[in-house]
Parts: sequence; C-alpha cells; structure tokens
Amino acid sequence: MASFIQLLVSGLATGAIYALIAVGFTLLWQTSQTINFAQGEFVMLPAFFILAAMNLGAPFWLATLIGLLLSIVVLGLLFKLIIVDPMLRYGVLPLVISTIALSLFLKEAAKDFYSSQAQPFPALVPATDLNVFGAVISLQSLAVLAIAVATVLALHFLLNKTRLGRCMQATAQNPTLARILGIPVERMVLYTFLINGVLVAIASILISPIYLAKFTNGETLGIAAFLAAIIGGFNQVRGAILGGVILGILDNLSAAYLSSQYRGAFPLIILIAVILLRPQGLLGRVEERTV
Amino acid sequence: MSRSGLFAAVVAAGLGFTSPVLAQSTVYIPAILELSGAGAVSGTNFRDGMLMAIDEINGKGGILGRKIETPVLDTQSDAGISRAQLQKVLDNKPYVVIGPVFSGSVLVDMALTQQAEIPEIVGGEAAAITQKGGTYVFRTSFGQQFSMPKIANYIRDGIKAKTVAVLWVNNDFGKGGRDTFVKEMAARNIKVVADVSTESGQADFSADVVKIKAANADAIFVYVNEEESARFLREAKKQGIKAPLLGETTLLGQKVIDLAQGAADGVRGHVGLTVDAPIPAVQQFGEKFKKRFNYVCDHNGIKGYTAVYMIKHVTEKIGKFDSKAFAQAAHGMTITPKDEPGILMEATWDKNGDIDRESFLGEVVNGKQKIVATLPKLGK
Repeated sequence: MASFIQLLVSGLATGAIYALIAVGFTLLWQTSQTINFAQGEFVMLPAFFILAAMNLGAPFWLATLIGLLLSIVVLGLLFKLIIVDPMLRYGVLPLVISTIALSLFLKEAAKDFYSSQAQPFPALVPATDLNVFGAVISLQSLAVLAIAVATVLALHFLLNKTRLGRCMQATAQNPTLARILGIPVERMVLYTFLINGVLVAIASILISPIYLAKFTNGETLGIAAFLAAIIGGFNQVRGAILGGVILGILDNLSAAYLSSQYRGAFPLIILIAVILLRPQGLLGRVEERTV
Repeated sequence: MSRSGLFAAVVAAGLGFTSPVLAQSTVYIPAILELSGAGAVSGTNFRDGMLMAIDEINGKGGILGRKIETPVLDTQSDAGISRAQLQKVLDNKPYVVIGPVFSGSVLVDMALTQQAEIPEIVGGEAAAITQKGGTYVFRTSFGQQFSMPKIANYIRDGIKAKTVAVLWVNNDFGKGGRDTFVKEMAARNIKVVADVSTESGQADFSADVVKIKAANADAIFVYVNEEESARFLREAKKQGIKAPLLGETTLLGQKVIDLAQGAADGVRGHVGLTVDAPIPAVQQFGEKFKKRFNYVCDHNGIKGYTAVYMIKHVTEKIGKFDSKAFAQAAHGMTITPKDEPGILMEATWDKNGDIDRESFLGEVVNGKQKIVATLPKLGK
C-alpha cells in the first residue's frame, strides 16, 4: 500500500506537468488552429533561459522571473508573429511542418549555445521527504502538484470568471460572431499565445529539477503532452488536464505492476482505445465539418 | 607523371574535385559520432578527445608527414542515420573510420566497414561487437565480456553478496551488459532477484526503485547511461535504498556525481577509463582537456584521444597508409606509453579487436570519484 501511495503521488506530479503542457496545446488549437509540435521544446527552453541568467550572476528568483518574461516574449509573442501569422494563411499543414522545423531548430540551438550535457537545475523546495502511512513522499512531488493545480485553477478562473476569459472563449468558439460582437479577436488570440508562454515556463521550472535541463527533454514531453491532449479531448482544456493526469499515473503504475519493458506502450494502447471508442477524447466535444 | 595521369589530374582540378583521396598532403580519417540525440554527451566527449589528439599530431607534422583530415558526421544517435553517414564517407575511400560510440550503431555499421575492408575504431562496449567474426573493428574500451567478470568478482569477493538486483537500459549497450552480467552471476552462484529494464532517456525512476527495493537484494547493479544513472541515484536516495549500489564507468563518472547532487556518495564499481586514474599521463590529459573545453572529460573523451594515437602508432609501424595492412598489424599489437605517449596506458588488441588494459575499482566519496584499487590487464 505504501508503494502504491508513493507511485500515485509521483505519477500525479508528473501527470500534472503533462497537463500544463497539454493545456497549452489545446488553447493554441482552439483559438488559432495551431498544432504546435514544438511544444515540448517550448518546455525545454525556459530552463536554459534561467540557467543562462544564473550564469550571468542573477539569483534563482530573479533568473526565474527573467526566464518567465523571455518565455512570454519569445515563445508567446515572437512565435505568433514570426511563425504562426505568416504560415497560418496557407493552412494548418504548412504550420504544422513549420513547428516541426522550429522544434529541431530550438533543440539544436540549445545544444550549440548552451551545452549538449544535462545540467542540474535548482529545485523550488528542498529535497526532503515526508513519511505518510509508511510511504516516502517527496516534498518536491507535492510542491510540483500544488503549483500545477494552482496554475490550472488560476487559468480556470481567468477563462470562466473574468470578462477577458469569456472573450477568449467566444473567440475560440466562433471568431466571426465574436468579431461582430466587438471582441478584438486578434488580441484574444495573442493572449492565448502569451498564456502558453507562461504555462510552458512553469512546466519547465517544475520538471527540470527532475529531468535535469537537457536539450532533448522536449522530445518526450512533447509527445506525452500531445497524447494527453488527444486522450482527454483536443478541444477541451479540462480534457487536456484529465489526459495528462491519466498518463502520469498510468506510466508509474504500469511500470511497477505490469511491465517496465512495455511501459511506453501503455499510453499508446489507451490512445488507440480512445480513438476507436471515443474519437473526440474522453471529455472532448464532437466537431462537425461541412463543405 | 604519365601523360594520362597528368590529364586526369588536370581534369580533376578543372572539375573542382576535392576528394580526400586526391589530397596527398592529408590522410582522410572521418569520424561518425553521436553529436545530437540521446548519445550527444558520449559523442561530444569522444569528438573533443579525438580533436585534441588530431591537433597535437598535426601540430607535429601529422602521420608519416600527412596531416589528419577528419570531418565529423552526426549520427543523431540513430543507427540508420549512422549507417547512411558511413556509406557517405566510404564512397571517399577513407584510410580508417573513427566511431560511432553507441553499440547499436556500431553493430549496424561494422558490416559495411568489413565489406569495404576499412578499419573502424569504435567506442561501443556491447559484447556482440567483437563476437561476430569481424576483422576490421577495434575497440577503444573494454567489451562487456571483459568488464563484467571484474565487477562480478568484486560482488562475490568484495561485497560477498548472495543475491543481486539488476537495473539496465533497454538498448544494445544495456541489453548486452545485462546478459553478460546475469551469466557471470550464475557462474558465481549469485541469484538475480530483480531484473528491471528501463528506457533510454527515462526521467522518472520511482516505479523502478520501488520494484528493486521490494526485491531486498544484497547488492544492486546499475547499468544505464550517465544521465539516467544520476536520476536513478537521486530516486534511490529519496526512497532510502540501503543495499550497496554498484556499477560500471557510467555510474561513477564525475558528470553523474555532479548531476546526482550528493546521491552518488557510496556508489562503487569498476571503472575502465577515468581521468582520476592514478596515472600521471591520464591526469595530465584530463587537465589539458578541461582547460581547452571547459568541462571534465569522461571515459569517452579518453577513448577518442587514444583512438587517434592508436591509428598513428599502427600506421607508423606499418610505414604506409594501407587499410588492410593496418587491420592485420593492429590485431595482437601492444602499444605502451613508452612507445607512444598519447596512448596513455598500455593497451593490447586481440584477434577479435577487443582491447585489454589495466582498469580500476572506484568509489564515490564526498562527491568525488576515488580510485581504491588498480586491476591488472586480464592477459597478465
């Protein structure tokens, strides 16, 4: 039982980070039909912004702030202006290919400008453990879980309880009607890119002490978040959260109780089952297209 | 030069051919290495050690008066890409090929170099590399069939373990090591009570540590790559693993120690190559490397460095750039630091291309690797 609790908390913490990244995926898709295959690299990069700032002498808190701001500007604003806006007019597919190219560029750039070697990354809380019913629960896992949940709640509040959030939702649901109603659609779309910049920065700060900061981190994170978004429902923020949590827990429990050799296969089995039985995702909406 | 030869040279020059074969002032020794992807740390270390040796040799006039020309091609840590890159360089008729480091890529590439009769100096450690009857592949570090008996003896005689848990990475390197290790354990009547496979690049080891802890083994043998070693050690410390943690070079390297942030203390194991070896030439190499590249060299850096000096020494012995003669001469050759200082430690290559030299038992003490014993060459 102690082992189970331990694995559950650890899986929840990892799943919560996947959820943050997956939420960014769904936000961009809903507002601008952007499928960002560089999302994993977007999570990898802020850690290097922070480490670079620390190398220049900034304390961790200041470096984190700089990393957050750079993420918003580079991965939010510049991404939209330089990649998304020029490519989107040619359709979704050219944009998808552009984001794949961007992911390769970011990965290699992080390697060339920083290092190919993994770097230790400071943890937000000390590496101490709590003993809960015989289970050793890391304070780090609990902190990750708490911050991820707080971030999701804040986002939920923004989207559902504020005028700005409702305008963003209106933009996502029907941009033409939103524009007629006087909502500045372009600005709302930009806000979602900026929010994605914040989400990936938070995910990066949470995951890097565990994964270590490395230029290849985006590969696994991007795939995990993409799977989470599809399993949960690509057009629903709450679906992405559910998908992320399912993947995190499934990974840990399957490796411990089923087979560590086939742990990578279990999320794909779930994905296939979802596609066959509920193609819109566990919490997703059915979208119809007409010609 | 005959009229036809002169004509060919003029035509070649006119067409702008820059084939390395035609450039007689240089010798073409391309390197195929893991510069990106999961093996980037290993490949980059190997490359930097290799470049150091090339610069030193070229600075002194090269090999037999010819400068070494070494383009470095990236395998992206992918066996298929490695093979494609090798095919590309083989078209230019290299003298010798250096790399790759990943065993999976070596196993794919070696058939091509065998067919082309071009010697390949590799960094791979999987036992299978030198068990396929190839005559053109040469190691720069121990194969697992050489290193595992050493660690197995230590587990039996030093730790006096009756049961052992093994954690390994599911790639050619890890699988080969795991299979050889399990065989060595069986030969010593030590029971493997947990056999846990992990993935290359795995980040979360909590489930694996839970399984290993539940097995309650006398010792735990860890055979994964460097970064995964660090992540595993941190999780093992978090979950309070008490059994001795043992491993190979990939568990005791300084990079692992730094990344593990205190969780590596007490780890013990067999170290084939290390800049902390109690050998002045190796330590001096480590200092030069750090000064030039600003990071601590791991065992792959030593492999890259000694690979080039091995090529130099064998070539000077045969007195010509002849790939077939190189392969024949290198089998059974012993190179001592007295004959070739760049080789750093006396090394012998057997008929299969396996290397034999001294190795070490190490322990991590206060965040530093400490060599506690020097193990002689197996052939002594």
